[in-house]
Amino acid sequence: MNFVGEHLLPGQIGHFLVILSLVASLVAMIAYFKAATVQNLQEALSWKKLGRIAFAVDAFSITAVFAIIFYLIYNHYFEYYYVYNHSDRSLSVKFLLSSIWEGQEGSFLLWAFWHGVIGLMLMKTAKKWEAPVMTTISFAQALISTMILGIYIFDLKMGNSPFILTRQQFPDAPIFQRPDYVHHIADGNGLNQLLQNYWMVIHPPILFLGFAATIVPFAYAIAGLWKKDFGGWTKVSMPWLLFSTAVLGLGIMLGAIWAYESLSFGGYWAWDPVENASLVPWMIFVAAIHTQLVYNSTGHSLRATYVFYILAYIFIIYSTYLTRSGALQDTSVHAFVDTGTSWQIKAFLWCFVIPPVFLLIRRYKQIPAIQKEENLLSREFWMFIGSLVLFLAGIYIIGATSLPVINTIFGTSLDVGENVEFSYNRVQIFVAILIGLLTAVTQYFKYKDTAKKTFYRKIALPTIISVVIAVCISVFGAVNFVKYGAGFLAAIHLAIFASVYTVVANFSYIWIGFKGNLKVAGASISHVGFGLMLVGILISSSKQEILSMNWVNPLNFGEEAQQKGWENLTLYQGVPFDMGEYWATYTEDSTVDNGRIMYFFVELAKKDGSETFVLKPDVIKNTKGATGYSNNPDSKHYWNRDIFSYVNASDKLMSGEDTATFRKHSAKVGDTLFFMEGYIKLDSVVVNPTTSKKQFGANDTAIQANFSVYTQERKLSIKPIYYLENGQPKKINDTLFSQGLAIGIDKVIDDQTLEVSVKESSRMVPFIALKIIKFPFINVLWIGTFVMLLGFAMSMLYRIRLKK
Amino acid sequence: MKKLHIVALIGIAASLMVILTFVGDLSTYETLASARQKEGKTVTVVTQLDHSMEDPIIYDPARNANLTTFYVVDTLGNKAKVHYYFEKPFDMEKSDRIVLKGKMQNGVFEITRKDGILMKCPSKYKDNPNATYETLTQNVN
Repeated sequence: MNFVGEHLLPGQIGHFLVILSLVASLVAMIAYFKAATVQNLQEALSWKKLGRIAFAVDAFSITAVFAIIFYLIYNHYFEYYYVYNHSDRSLSVKFLLSSIWEGQEGSFLLWAFWHGVIGLMLMKTAKKWEAPVMTTISFAQALISTMILGIYIFDLKMGNSPFILTRQQFPDAPIFQRPDYVHHIADGNGLNQLLQNYWMVIHPPILFLGFAATIVPFAYAIAGLWKKDFGGWTKVSMPWLLFSTAVLGLGIMLGAIWAYESLSFGGYWAWDPVENASLVPWMIFVAAIHTQLVYNSTGHSLRATYVFYILAYIFIIYSTYLTRSGALQDTSVHAFVDTGTSWQIKAFLWCFVIPPVFLLIRRYKQIPAIQKEENLLSREFWMFIGSLVLFLAGIYIIGATSLPVINTIFGTSLDVGENVEFSYNRVQIFVAILIGLLTAVTQYFKYKDTAKKTFYRKIALPTIISVVIAVCISVFGAVNFVKYGAGFLAAIHLAIFASVYTVVANFSYIWIGFKGNLKVAGASISHVGFGLMLVGILISSSKQEILSMNWVNPLNFGEEAQQKGWENLTLYQGVPFDMGEYWATYTEDSTVDNGRIMYFFVELAKKDGSETFVLKPDVIKNTKGATGYSNNPDSKHYWNRDIFSYVNASDKLMSGEDTATFRKHSAKVGDTLFFMEGYIKLDSVVVNPTTSKKQFGANDTAIQANFSVYTQERKLSIKPIYYLENGQPKKINDTLFSQGLAIGIDKVIDDQTLEVSVKESSRMVPFIALKIIKFPFINVLWIGTFVMLLGFAMSMLYRIRLKK
Repeated sequence: MKKLHIVALIGIAASLMVILTFVGDLSTYETLASARQKEGKTVTVVTQLDHSMEDPIIYDPARNANLTTFYVVDTLGNKAKVHYYFEKPFDMEKSDRIVLKGKMQNGVFEITRKDGILMKCPSKYKDNPNATYETLTQNVN
């Protein structure tokens, strides 16, 4: 069939460019390899020139592929499956852009794009290291290109092409019976609702820049082993190392902020495998920074540096494997499923495991090492210990995260214990103590040897200040996290001291050590930020409090109260609810954006009347064929705490009609009627009652029935009214919202008997079920992150200046 | 003895301790039948909603927002009732796979931690070709 109206040219160009990028990066790899190995200088130069051109062609192709995909998405060419599957007409430009990286193909492309940019920068700056370093980067670039190739080699699928057509994806869909189908695809499948968020625009590009940048220090290390210039690169690569670690850290933390602000995982970190998979390489890179600094100053720890680099980068690729191959689909909420290319990602991983490890083992003995031991009073000794602790902590995390992989390899069926978070926290709390203490004191040692006296003199004041602050926090801060016993609580207090010590000691060192010269104090500033992060994490987690405790629900009493649910509070519209120090009232809701987003207004009023504010958590209708909603939290920010809330249920979100109907009964005074949760007794009937619902005078004819409602745990009353207005019977039903019970008087049968109707339904009154959590001092974590990155940036600039 | 050896020794001892506690705490993947035999022990089971029930999920937030009761069936066809003491996840009806982590108690699978269920939904974080096919077939003008 000849289809009309398709725009096939951009796709053909795009597909050609993908192939071109693969070929160009292979050419670049070979040319750079030759340039790094041939002896003849003239020949090496011409190889290098070829390598540069080939790599530039590759970088250009990838950028052009990127632009073409954006062009297709921007113009809503739904004949392309990628466009159809990841975007729709309603998206604004920034979300159209982020549609590119919703799918696997686009995120690989983003990665390759940053490799291209970084490669071009290295051509300018790397000098004699350019050829060997670029060999590795071109190799990685070639592998990534194969991931978006989308061709079959015999029966083996090589990558997924972003340019495949919708009719190729679903050849037997009925719509493709029509030659003009293009005009009949109403709209695309859209971008996942959860991802329609400005963080989706920022977080992936930065995270992938971090991922891409980590190849540079790795490539330098490989170059050092390969060219047997073992220590020649450790100074020149420092700015790159700092840059990649900082950006990767920023990417991870932006993900944490995103999770905290809008994904309602109930916090910023959940030890989810996907989070862990990017944290672990970061930790090892941080360890590598420190051993490399040790080497630059003393000549120790070069071997450890090599080991760390190679492992850190292997873990970067491993995290790609974990998240994209489907290996984690039973343990992570984020992981992609297998798209038929998991064999390829595995191969990708082995390509980065076998050659580097082989090279490392072969050259290990040749790497220079100082036989004399580090002095106990030297900076390098404690820096090495700190790096080792960080490294082991990372290995623990990745080990626990890899259980699904271990299960596949060994045929076991193990899983992390019931309390996933605690299984990490109880180990990492001790890591925090050790790292905190080491980060605090290590700068006060000098390289090689330190006079004991000077050390004690300098560290005395910061130590005293830290002890005072930490004791104040422990005593007055009411950190009383007893859930896991006294031992864990003691560890928390110790960790608080260690992290306060880190902040104070490093802050003081800017004056004690650097005499206030901020230009060189990048490391101290990073450490201050890191310490603040630890303080923020410790306090916000251990003092995190669920405010919406539902103690009213009868199920929540008794010894099992803590285990059975109590975190959600049901609020009926307009009824103030007692919630700790607040009265909470669900006041109103509003729907915007064609019903896509629904806001719920919850007023929180301090019982002492000092403050009233409104939280507006919302729910957003899902896209992409999913029904239902996703919740989006809202927080009230204070300088020292956040009040964080999200809606989990509402009558407005329940599907279907309310099917409950009124059932009629006749009742005399003293009669009892039964309902699902108890019984109702008609106590008395009052003529012309005084009630707030309506004014009745002496001339009116009105009666009110007073019922008592007995449920298992309490007695309530309900008072429906019946009256005549201009001779017409009218009724005012009464409702007990908490029991979902409504009663009305239908008529008076005789002067003894009333006909009443009773309805039981949970849908009678607008309600929401919401969760409100208090996170104290969460801002310390964000500020700490910022300060740490600032320190990284300062160190980087300082070292770039040193190089010149 | 070299300092490095002391460090290594301490490191190994600490790691060993950590690994032993970690291993002692591990749970295992089970079927519903074997979970019944290990009553009271924390296990992980891969299941899906029991669609032979008219209403496999019962959640009445107006009465109790903190209890979701649902019925599951595992790959071997064993069935069980589950108590999850939290709100019903929004897209639970759509899930094609639910991984439960909890304890079997008196014939009911009890989950007392919020992260005790993990769902795989056709639409979340991944593309379900079937759903896409459906939309493509329906979304025509």
